Amino acid sequence: MQPNEFHKQLTPIRDRLAGLDRTADNRVFLPCEAAQVYEVCRFLFQDLGLRFVISTGIDAEDRFEVLHHFSDDASGCVVTVKAFVRDRQAPELDSLTPLIPGAEWTEREMHDLLGIRFRHHPNLQRLILADDWPEGVYPLRKDVQA
Amino acid sequence: MKEPLRKSVLAVGPFHPLQEEMEFFQLTVDGEKVTDIDVRISYNHRGIEKLSETLQFDQVPYLVSRVCGICSASHPLAYVQAVEEIAGVQPPERALYVRTIINELERIHSHLLWVGLGGHFIGYDTVFMWAWKYREPVLDLLEEITGNRNNYGNVKVGGCREDIPDELIPKINQELDVIEKKTEMLTKAVLDDPVLHARLKGVGVLSKEDGIKYAVTGPTARGSGIAIDVRRDDPYAAYAALDWKVIVQTEGDVFAKAVVRLLETFESIKMVRQALAKLPKGPVAVDVKEIPPGEGCGHAEAPRGETFHYVRSDGGNRPVRHKIRAPSYVNVPSFKASCIGADIADVTLTLAAVDPCYSCTERIAVVDGHHAVLHDYEELLRLSRAKTATIRKDLGAPEMNWEDF
Amino acid sequence: MHTLQLWALKKSIWVFHVNTGACNNCDIEIVNLLTPKFDVERFGIKLVGSPRHADALLVTGGGTRQAAKRLQEVYRQTAKPCVVFCTGACACGMGIFEKGYHMAGPIDSLIRAVDPQAIIAYVPGCPPKPQAIIMGVVKALAALQPEREYATERVPQTAYADPG
Repeated sequence: MQPNEFHKQLTPIRDRLAGLDRTADNRVFLPCEAAQVYEVCRFLFQDLGLRFVISTGIDAEDRFEVLHHFSDDASGCVVTVKAFVRDRQAPELDSLTPLIPGAEWTEREMHDLLGIRFRHHPNLQRLILADDWPEGVYPLRKDVQA
Repeated sequence: MKEPLRKSVLAVGPFHPLQEEMEFFQLTVDGEKVTDIDVRISYNHRGIEKLSETLQFDQVPYLVSRVCGICSASHPLAYVQAVEEIAGVQPPERALYVRTIINELERIHSHLLWVGLGGHFIGYDTVFMWAWKYREPVLDLLEEITGNRNNYGNVKVGGCREDIPDELIPKINQELDVIEKKTEMLTKAVLDDPVLHARLKGVGVLSKEDGIKYAVTGPTARGSGIAIDVRRDDPYAAYAALDWKVIVQTEGDVFAKAVVRLLETFESIKMVRQALAKLPKGPVAVDVKEIPPGEGCGHAEAPRGETFHYVRSDGGNRPVRHKIRAPSYVNVPSFKASCIGADIADVTLTLAAVDPCYSCTERIAVVDGHHAVLHDYEELLRLSRAKTATIRKDLGAPEMNWEDF
Repeated sequence: MHTLQLWALKKSIWVFHVNTGACNNCDIEIVNLLTPKFDVERFGIKLVGSPRHADALLVTGGGTRQAAKRLQEVYRQTAKPCVVFCTGACACGMGIFEKGYHMAGPIDSLIRAVDPQAIIAYVPGCPPKPQAIIMGVVKALAALQPEREYATERVPQTAYADPG
């Protein structure tokens, strides 16, 4: 389905979104506030049947961003939900894992590397950092030197 | 009286038979059946995404080629596609074809590697030796074209670094003819062998619904009836211009995944031949001076499934954020769904069927509650091969011979 | 392909492979050593499943933080004397991963922390070709046992220049 048709499919959740950015032919970004993310993703995954790809956590200076990438394989469109997590002291977001088991690792990874907590995650244990990695040091944050 | 549940601890590789610490794959068993699994992957974590932020855009392909050695063409390709999206750059046509040829040659040798490993796990070492012998000519071809058997360093933002010299084309076609013949013999041997049918069918089944929940891709998905392939769904390089089929099976077992990979190898051979025949004249790169602010998503169909890269730029020389997702990252957790209720003897094979990085499969073991190893990797391998031998005996089938190839 | 003319080694060399966070290219080239094209078993080089009987360790990867202690433990378990072959650019010096926050290598410093007298050989390449790995193993053994007749002097000079 072409991007302009995709628009219409989003009507049920349009008021949950802060915008709809089409950066390229087959690339759509859906910015929204943290509180809306679960419902938007549930709609994409369950109602529209999009495939979950992965999530990207970003330290964007004044806020965190969690990007959940989905793929509409029928049309080749990559749809990215861009969640704004504004509380830098205690960044939290609802976990997608109860809905999409495939999100388990990527949320654990964002927890390890950025310190974002995912509410209702069934297993938010350390995944990729070593056992003796110091607590409270989040390597992907901008204040940690490369 | 029911035997108390024996808890098992982790993957201890072949070099830590008495290791107590958690390493890789954590299998919980009840008797001979697997009941749960968890995985730790800190062992291989090198902090590549952070390293990317310290490199300039054109240095990153060298880094990401080494995320995983056997998908070393698809990672840089997905990355440069993401950056080309941000910059609004379209590489020249010849570059698109060269990219396709390199990536399909990689798929051929990667699938042959997998066939060999699968054979090794079930005790068909002739298949292992054979498959790895016949992937060598493909590696030699890649070395002639790019300068290296692996880590080709072939793509850059805007196109390719090296061209395929026209003089090399007849040789590539000749080698493909040989590989095709040998793959035909192997495929026939696998599809006709009653022992392999009995050993691989119904083993490690991943249902279509589980596949969707775990977001699997590649042959792991296509073996379970999930008909997705980035080359067709969101065409990149020259795939839209070639005539080829997406291979799908529905049973979701190890046999189905083996069939998908074997038949895909033929499609890859077809694609390389077509691409060589249609190779347009012209340059293989355009100059790209600046990457403006923006974000891009690049994906490519690696031998294991979709490789996905997300890149964010702020107009500077380096990526502000670079997210890398290898296909094994979603395929390996699906092991949970396909391994629960399975025999311990099938564990190495079921994991191998999702085709993770080779060293992942070494890190598997079953230990009891007191951390004494019940079954280490060598033992699991032995159990797997013993099961094959039992099946062969029951069926009265002959041993597959080296001379048959 | 260069034909390596080697005498049969007077003693079989048992080699144990350790991955400390490698991308697998080196690991695959090591497994390639067993396959018909290279077939190291005819030289008496054998890959074994435990470090306790090994004469040499083939170490790949740059030594991630999680893998570092395991590598040291394996080295302790390995029968002495033994040679540690740092196989590939990562093992030789971490290479492009040097600045990674999760890296604890390079391999030689991890080994020397356990045994300052450790014998360490380097086989560079990304990945080193199987021929280069064989060459590295034989060269190192020849250097360590000069009174034995390893035929490295018969190998054509071009083999050294083989880019890995």
